Amino acid sequence: MSSEPLVRWDWLAAHLGPIAGRIEQHLYLTLIAVSVGFAISFLLATVAIRRRRLYPLIVVVTTGVYTIPSFALFAALIVFSGPSVLSAEVPLIMYTLVLFVPNIVAGFDAVPWDVLDSADGMGYTPGQRWWHVELPLAIPLVVAGLRLATVSTIGLVTITSILGDSLGGLGYYILDGYHRTFTTEILVGGLLSIGLAVLADLGLVLLQRVLTPWTTAREAVR
Amino acid sequence: MDLVTATAQWLADPAQWQGPNGIPARLLEHLELSGVSLVIAALVAIPLGLWIGHTGRLSWLTVSSANAWRALPSFAVIGLLVPFTTRIDPTLGFTLYPTVVAMIVLAGPPILVNSYEGIAGVDRDLVDAARGMGMRERQILVGLEVPIALPVIATGIRLAAVQVIATATLGAIFGFGGLGRFIVLGDANQDNGELFGGVVLVAALALITFGLFVLLERRLVSPGLSSRTAS
Repeated sequence: MSSEPLVRWDWLAAHLGPIAGRIEQHLYLTLIAVSVGFAISFLLATVAIRRRRLYPLIVVVTTGVYTIPSFALFAALIVFSGPSVLSAEVPLIMYTLVLFVPNIVAGFDAVPWDVLDSADGMGYTPGQRWWHVELPLAIPLVVAGLRLATVSTIGLVTITSILGDSLGGLGYYILDGYHRTFTTEILVGGLLSIGLAVLADLGLVLLQRVLTPWTTAREAVR
Repeated sequence: MDLVTATAQWLADPAQWQGPNGIPARLLEHLELSGVSLVIAALVAIPLGLWIGHTGRLSWLTVSSANAWRALPSFAVIGLLVPFTTRIDPTLGFTLYPTVVAMIVLAGPPILVNSYEGIAGVDRDLVDAARGMGMRERQILVGLEVPIALPVIATGIRLAAVQVIATATLGAIFGFGGLGRFIVLGDANQDNGELFGGVVLVAALALITFGLFVLLERRLVSPGLSSRTAS
């Protein structure tokens, strides 16, 4: 490896198409995990807000799942569902829960009581109050959770490359480059996946500014 | 063969519990790597965090390190280190150094941020009172701020330790041993007993580490502080 130049630009130029394909796959795997994870978390958070006693249980279970190394979970799923998108998505989705749920719960908790009372006094129905008052005020923390989950998932997608060459997004290049001791591939996979995470994070910050022009970002809860 | 039976048989096989490729040896390897990385990270991050928290200088560094940290997936970091560490040492640079350095990078920011926040969160009135009593800056830091900040610092070390022990599993993909090795071998040999045995061991180690640190933290909190929160 040491005799080779650090970057073989000719390889890069010849593989622009496949690299674009891997970026697309990376985003696709991330998008599924984050959207399904968000939907499940929203449900869990709603349950936790209505039934407070269940919240600690939800936190313990999701934290426990998060503690299990991703490599182990992906490898375990190969046995059940082979090198498939399903094997990649199940752990990815499970890992988003611990990042989403506390932020969604904290987001709705942060809505002041007097604001809710005012909405009731103005004659809002519970549904209207939720849609027009609670949800908008909860958005900053919900988006904070979305940022954590998205950035973390983009990182974890690289590990799905152990499931097989058909998966992994940009992680494919990291693993393949390591096995072939080909530096250019490792650099392409590693730097682009970090770049994706940074860009996604910036994009979500902008999204939050657009959605909630009346406020600047509040601190994320973990 | 049933998966549970295969896993139980693999775990119960005395052959797995001895020799340089046995479970105890791999566990030791895993803990050594994690321990060394944590100690190096703590030696850098704790003093730096205490200094930033006490002086209030460079506090942007903690925030930006935490942000950058989240965007650095360990899998990519280990891979990215390989081209550079192999130039230093073609053998160890291919198997050991990338994982160690990546684990130090992983452990540093949580310890730094919590050391800083622990100190910065100490009531300023207390610090002023200590200064008024004639305590030197060093005495204030060691005698007042650190004891109060200890639970927060301990939480940072726990977060780092749990992350490192879990993530060090990735080292097995990049030529390092540790408990992840069984997963890699089980996958390569299509031996589900070994693969799942490895999964069970890795998950158990991560969960036990998490539990131990939670217990340890309870003991570290100064009795004065815990009785105050209890009342």
